[in-house]
Amino acid sequence: MNSSLLLSAATFIYALASVFYIGSFSFKKQVLAKLGFWVVVIGFLANTGGILMRWVESYQMGYGHAPFSNMYESLVFFSWTVAALYIFVEYKYKESIIGVFISPLIFLAIAYASFDPSISSKISPLIPALKSNWLIAHVVTCFLGYAGFALAFGFSFIYFIKPKDPNATSIFARLPDWELIDELTYQMIVFGFLFLTIGIITGSVWANSAWGKYWSWDPKETWSLITWFIYAIFLHLRLMRGWHGAKLAVVSIVGFACVLFTYFGVNYLLSGLHSYG
Amino acid sequence: MKNQNSIPNQIWMFFASVKLTIYTLVILALTSVIGTILLQNGSPQQYINLYGQGGYNLIQVLGIDDMYHAWWFLLLLLLLCINIVVCSIERLSKTWKIIFPKEISVNPARFSGLKNKESFESDKDSEGLETAYREMLSKKIGRVLRKDTETGFVLYAEKGRWTRLGVYVVHASVILMLVGALIGALFGFKASLRLDEGETTNTVFDVKARTPITLPFSIRCNEFEVKFYDTGAPEEFRSSLTIIENEQESFTEDIRVNHPLRYAGINIFQSSYGTAAPGEAVFEITDNTTQDVTKQTIKKGQAIELPGGQGTFTFEGFLPHFDFKGHNLGEAFFGRISLADKESFQVGLPIKFPTFDKMRKGRFTVVVKEFKQAYYTGLQVTKDPGVWFVYAGFALIIIGCWVTFFISHRSVCIGLESAGAGRTRVWISGRANRNAHGMNLQIKKLATSLKEI
Ligand code: HEM
Repeated sequence: MNSSLLLSAATFIYALASVFYIGSFSFKKQVLAKLGFWVVVIGFLANTGGILMRWVESYQMGYGHAPFSNMYESLVFFSWTVAALYIFVEYKYKESIIGVFISPLIFLAIAYASFDPSISSKISPLIPALKSNWLIAHVVTCFLGYAGFALAFGFSFIYFIKPKDPNATSIFARLPDWELIDELTYQMIVFGFLFLTIGIITGSVWANSAWGKYWSWDPKETWSLITWFIYAIFLHLRLMRGWHGAKLAVVSIVGFACVLFTYFGVNYLLSGLHSYG
Repeated sequence: MKNQNSIPNQIWMFFASVKLTIYTLVILALTSVIGTILLQNGSPQQYINLYGQGGYNLIQVLGIDDMYHAWWFLLLLLLLCINIVVCSIERLSKTWKIIFPKEISVNPARFSGLKNKESFESDKDSEGLETAYREMLSKKIGRVLRKDTETGFVLYAEKGRWTRLGVYVVHASVILMLVGALIGALFGFKASLRLDEGETTNTVFDVKARTPITLPFSIRCNEFEVKFYDTGAPEEFRSSLTIIENEQESFTEDIRVNHPLRYAGINIFQSSYGTAAPGEAVFEITDNTTQDVTKQTIKKGQAIELPGGQGTFTFEGFLPHFDFKGHNLGEAFFGRISLADKESFQVGLPIKFPTFDKMRKGRFTVVVKEFKQAYYTGLQVTKDPGVWFVYAGFALIIIGCWVTFFISHRSVCIGLESAGAGRTRVWISGRANRNAHGMNLQIKKLATSLKEI
């Protein structure tokens, strides 16, 4: 048993969960969604085990660092945080239908980590700049933020596919009522905003201890700030300008596009201090 | 604000509006993108090569070659600050009245029609229930108030009025951070310093302006060390620095990346390194006639006697690029052989070609046998008196967001009216200024416990 094996297992289990959720949705079988939830939980356990084993393996190789140091590890961790948050939300709100939009997201991130040939899964040593206790605090908080926004993104979709007519009979009519979707999207964004704020702050404090500057307008920093602005706009539009529904969902989707750009786009298209997500 | 339509009042309301906030944030978000795509702080030549002379002129006019410090960008940030200040002043008096009311008035009508209302009948009489309910409300929510109504009475409790201040803390911390940044820009500096091993200085150079800045102490680099992993990737950079004040050594400390030295309000960071001219080496000199050999370690500037006392060899220095008949032979030592008959000439000793001096076919051949690679350390030296404001802003914005998002002002009302025959009709409902779902769950839970009494 090693970490790659466990993480591959997690990938396939998440794929299975997505199949259950989508099946439950398409064939109106509540029991499949219940099953899907437990499959996600099992996938999450495998994912957790994989991350922990990778951590141990890095110590055995003599490098000894938390598994947040390259694109592969960060994607695996991204799946983990989204899965963790999703499990919490489904447990708390008892609404399993929303898993239709979230489980594929969890699967896609971890699958992308394994299947994209340009992403190396090798455990490599840390360069001096990354050797800091702030690494863990920074990565964990940023990813919790991203996870909140990812869930909000999943929920925002519902605004565009759920029929307005309360008597509609299409499968999309079974989606949760407007009030709940609104509440859920908002809660996820609030959660994401708090953790993105902490993530940006821990990054700044770290930069200040590594380079003597808490803010240097590096592209990744700037894009995280742009993302932060977008979600601040979301909060003010909702609370003070009375925006809601599809109009507001567009802002949430634009926000998540910014998250993705901050995460991937900056690495592939722009240059800067950050060597990975 | 007596006259609603007066010009000053309209200006005030303009700066207090959330509409302005939205526009400012949208413009900030959009323009910030420019600096991540367009090269920042490049040289004129770089811009001309990329965008042509016309493009460069435009870039200069807009200041987008350093756009995050351009006047219009700073103006946007100022606008955001004014917006926050005016808006907060405008709203604070109302919020203050809510948070510190002269008297809490209980208005059952605000609760009896709520969606989350739960009702049931108890077979105990209302006076009996009151004590138990009071106890539970004060434990779960807060101080309990009672108010009689036409049909019975209500019990009311609330908590978290103060949380309405959270959002003011969030906004104030945005200002605090920007003020900190301003203080840093006005009274701080960011400089770089290159120190060879053994070198001492008290002068650093501003990163942007390249102007010299004199520190209140001197820094000496005793040693620089770089370690590599088996993979060849760098593992650690370490500089041993000594701080010298009033010509006296104060203390010595190692710095590494992520472990800077902070002293007298000045921070010294490890940022880069490179190879420097070695200060000493082991030279071996052979007399090709007698085969006599001398081998000795000398420092730069020192001399050794040639075998048989035929003269001296002086170690004069080190060249990063040794030019030999138009060829660059790389790093090389150089020195001077002064023979007893007063003839004197220079010899170059490239590191890549250890026996190079043999080709000269002179009487004496000089070979560098050994030397320790010397380094210089690249340091970042900064002073930022604003950083504590920024950090205070960091702490406050986290606390403020937490309070605003996750703690709400909640009030719960329980109504009791007689249903005859010693029975009581009970209803319970609650309001919260946010997180309605959490409030509903709490009401459900409370109702369940009430029924059990
Ligand atoms: C970068 C700048 C800003 C940030 C990060 C920020 C952040 C926030 C946050 C987190 C909330 C709470 C939202 C919620 O509860 O859903 C909020 C509410 C609010 N913000 Fe801002 N804000 C900013 C700028 C401004 C400005 C410039 C104004 C000026 C008009 C403003 C006015 C308000 C108002 C009126 C509220 C509602 C307060 C209430 O609940 O009573 N904000 N802001």
